[in-house]
Amino acid sequence: MSADAIVLMVVAMAVIWGGLAVAVASLLRHGAVEDRTEDLRRDR
Amino acid sequence: MGTTAGRATEQPGEEDRRGAFSSRRVFILAAIGSAVGLGNIWRFPYVAYENGGGAFLLPYLVALLTAGIPFLLLDYAIGHRHRGSAPLSFARMRRGTEGLGWWQVGICFVIAVYYAAVIAWALRYTFFSLDLAWGADPEGFFFGEFLQAGDVQVTADVVPGVLVPLALVWLLVLVVMALGVQRGIGVTSLAVIPVLVLAFAALVVQAVLLPGAGAGLDALFAPDWSALTSASVWAAAFGQIFFSLSVGFGIMITYASYVHRREDMVGSGLVVGFSNSAFELLAGIGVFAALGFMAQANGVAVDEVASGGIGLAFVAFPAIISEAPAGTLLGVLFFGSLVVAGLTSLISVLEVVISAVRDKLDTSRRTATLAVVVPAAVLSLVLFSTTSGIYVLDVVDHFVNQYGILVVALVSMLVVAWVVRALPGLGAHLNVHGRPRVGTGWRLLTGVVAPASLAVVLVLALREDFAAPYEDHPTWLLLVLGWGLVVALPVLGFLLARLPWRAGTHLDGPPPGSDPAEPLHAAPATDPAPQTRHDEGGRA
Repeated sequence: MSADAIVLMVVAMAVIWGGLAVAVASLLRHGAVEDRTEDLRRDR
Repeated sequence: MGTTAGRATEQPGEEDRRGAFSSRRVFILAAIGSAVGLGNIWRFPYVAYENGGGAFLLPYLVALLTAGIPFLLLDYAIGHRHRGSAPLSFARMRRGTEGLGWWQVGICFVIAVYYAAVIAWALRYTFFSLDLAWGADPEGFFFGEFLQAGDVQVTADVVPGVLVPLALVWLLVLVVMALGVQRGIGVTSLAVIPVLVLAFAALVVQAVLLPGAGAGLDALFAPDWSALTSASVWAAAFGQIFFSLSVGFGIMITYASYVHRREDMVGSGLVVGFSNSAFELLAGIGVFAALGFMAQANGVAVDEVASGGIGLAFVAFPAIISEAPAGTLLGVLFFGSLVVAGLTSLISVLEVVISAVRDKLDTSRRTATLAVVVPAAVLSLVLFSTTSGIYVLDVVDHFVNQYGILVVALVSMLVVAWVVRALPGLGAHLNVHGRPRVGTGWRLLTGVVAPASLAVVLVLALREDFAAPYEDHPTWLLLVLGWGLVVALPVLGFLLARLPWRAGTHLDGPPPGSDPAEPLHAAPATDPAPQTRHDEGGRA
């Protein structure tokens, strides 16, 4: 494989799979906050 | 309070009646299952290779972020806010737009009819992989022995080798759809999507370890930067993202309507959008690594073996499987992945139709499933298990998949953004529980950038089809099953919109109790008038 091809393959994987990882982490973190907020509301 | 098509408003047991996904995870897996289909495996790698290789990834990412994900969020917002199938959601947004929903339903029905045939072929080829049944001539085997393709005409000569797996596919789909939203679609997605990812990952590992794989990956990723100045390359990127994400023809509206009202639809959309692209990239690596092996084995350049679509799956891959070490495993993984990816997508397009029928008529899940799946299966068996099936499929796929989806998506988007002017309300709905928040940028992307890019894709495709008859097929075939279907579907859609809704259907605006800002378990604000109840599993 040429150096250009390797660089682009790595960059593409980093951007797309990295984007997926960030999206999942954000959803889990935000979802957890929402769940806790809802629990507090119910406790009242 | 909005008007209703009967004496009562939305019922408190509406979620029981329509069905719902049990959790965000189930919805996300179902949406990924819908988005990840045959196109991810056999379309993306070749489109990328043909349009600048590694350089294509730049317009592809731009298209994903500026049109794909914003459009996906628009579909989610429409379905999640209005809590109905495509026709019901459009009717609730504005009564006169209901026909757009039925137009989308019609497109889904047609796609289901032919999509099942390709899954049936892949199912048969999964077993052919065990003994390499195609022998030394995969192309002759596919068109001759397997499909028994004759002249370009519509015939009634049945091919049993296609009929049996096609009937099996429809039987399986019938069972899944009859089980309902959670027990059928949800449980199936939970079970098979992880298997699909693992199977395809195993295929990719096996493919990149083949001799010559590097040459294939070089062909795919070596950048041709001059391609970035070509409008057709940018149009190909937007087209790939658009077709791949299952946006604009009712699927995501329908699935979003089954999601709990307090869910983060923006975060879910980002996960689905990036998952779809992650799978495409994986497919590109696996397919081109295998093509590199084939090129080296035959002593030719990769461009001589590179192909996409049916040619890649049923001609090139069998040749690779025959020559590769542990080829049988490669074959089972490849065709098995096609079957699973295709089935989860087929389920989603059928759900668009079933959901619309259930919303419009007062009918149980099982009755609606039978009313939709049985006619679709009969049509599919009659049209595609004959010696002329491949030609019919090719024409219907090209026109309905290309123009049908493109036009309805473009019209729907323009109507929502500029006629109904619903984007501010839909954005506010997404922001109640969604993160990151959507704002002016999202409205600009969905109201201007995405429609403009779709219009360019449409014009370029039309220019190509007007320049020469598609694949040199006979004019009558193109007019009847191609352009004829493309024109008939919107007409049929707006005729269906004239039929009355079942009694008690809330039609103006989002139904009561659907506001995500309201506390959970709030007392229903509507008249709980008695109504025949049909649970989602079909228990009347």
